[in-house]
Amino acid sequence: MNGHVGWGGLAIAVVVVLVAAGLSRAWRLGLERDLVVAIVRSLAQMLLVAVALGLVVADGVSIWWSWLWVVAMVGFASITMRRRAPALPGLLRIALIATGTTAAVGIAITFGIGIFPVQPRTLVPVAGMLVGNSMSAGVVACRRLSHAIGERRDEIEARLALGQPWPHAARPMLREILRTAISPQIESTKALGIVFLPGAMTGLILAGVDPLDAVLVQLALMYVILGGVVTMTTVTTVAAARRLFTRDHRLLPVPRQAD
Amino acid sequence: MALFSFEGVTVQGEDRPRLDAIDLELPEGGVTAIVGPSGSGKSTLLRCANRLQAPDDGIVRYRGRDLAQIDVLAHRREVGMVFQRPVAFPGTVAENLRVADPDLDDAAAGALLERVALDAALLGRQASELSGGEAQRMGLARSLATSPRVVLADEPTASLDEDAAHQLEQLLRRLADDGVDVLLVSHSPEQVQRLADRVVALREGRLEHGPQPVAAAEARP
Repeated sequence: MNGHVGWGGLAIAVVVVLVAAGLSRAWRLGLERDLVVAIVRSLAQMLLVAVALGLVVADGVSIWWSWLWVVAMVGFASITMRRRAPALPGLLRIALIATGTTAAVGIAITFGIGIFPVQPRTLVPVAGMLVGNSMSAGVVACRRLSHAIGERRDEIEARLALGQPWPHAARPMLREILRTAISPQIESTKALGIVFLPGAMTGLILAGVDPLDAVLVQLALMYVILGGVVTMTTVTTVAAARRLFTRDHRLLPVPRQAD
Repeated sequence: MALFSFEGVTVQGEDRPRLDAIDLELPEGGVTAIVGPSGSGKSTLLRCANRLQAPDDGIVRYRGRDLAQIDVLAHRREVGMVFQRPVAFPGTVAENLRVADPDLDDAAAGALLERVALDAALLGRQASELSGGEAQRMGLARSLATSPRVVLADEPTASLDEDAAHQLEQLLRRLADDGVDVLLVSHSPEQVQRLADRVVALREGRLEHGPQPVAAAEARP
């Protein structure tokens, strides 16, 4: 590995996605448009990120620019969650608080225990892993909550009618939602070292770090991410669900979420 | 004192009020039927009595107490509700009953099933495997697990076949005879004649007969 792909190499990688798009077309799965949008968007975003990251991590640039980047990531992740589940009231505020707290605590632990030194070069990627993984799980949870509250309205109201307080009435639904949203992160942590070798560890080993040290760094990072994802997703989902009920345990009407 | 009283109760709908300044007193005892065409506000009235719905204006009282001022969870355990579509929670029939009363032992759970003419042997059956009629009766048994003084039944036979509907009607009648007040929403005049002691008629969110229910015999179509 020499770290240089070039436009030709990138084009070959894109061909793999085009093959997948061809398969989708042949089977009429309707994924072609999403695949093309994903390629174009990721290309534009990553090129922009490369330029911006180059500016932020350059020698002599204040670390405050990196912190500003982290704040922007938190804002973007929260807006994404809000956009994907617009029927949930107050979700933007909830997501901002939960994602911001997760990022702050995760960053404090990651740098506090000395996994990496606090530098622009480490701060932005670490925050990206924390916020990105949390956002993915958060989006799944909020979308499912938005659907489930309509589909399971009868069940929830039947539980409320028996005198259950709203947290009890909503708990079976919330449990299923959180299991679905969080299980990919749990599964990828379980498969660590067997199915895939994560990037940070591979990079450190290739850079000449002792494999045991590299493994410890990776594990600490994964645990911080796992804890962050579970906490953030749980807090966001429960807080969003809370807003669907009144103080006297009535379920408010919620507009149907479009697919 | 009235069992329920509705004082100027209005519930807004999308294009017109679902209940429009209702003044109504429902007395204790027997079966009171709430009738009217679709969209007349029958279910909304019942939901207000359980406070699954709060009025936009006006006061709903239960035995003289304003529902907005009392412990709503305790109220809902005293005023059970059976819904139009049977709702079976995930798990066994016994687990369904224990949602209402976690301390319910097998003997008490079996007795509840027998009270609604279901075999106690069904306790271990997955609730999702019950027929519509069985699931609705299980729902009634679940409501009875909190020992309610009132049962609100929102068109409980609407999704049942004739035999299951008759069986449920008999159960509701027996409950009323045992001293549990029953408020029944129904769109079937025949059912009302078979079951009800008095009738409240609604049309487009308003009462047809004034603030008191009329005797079922007088309400004969």
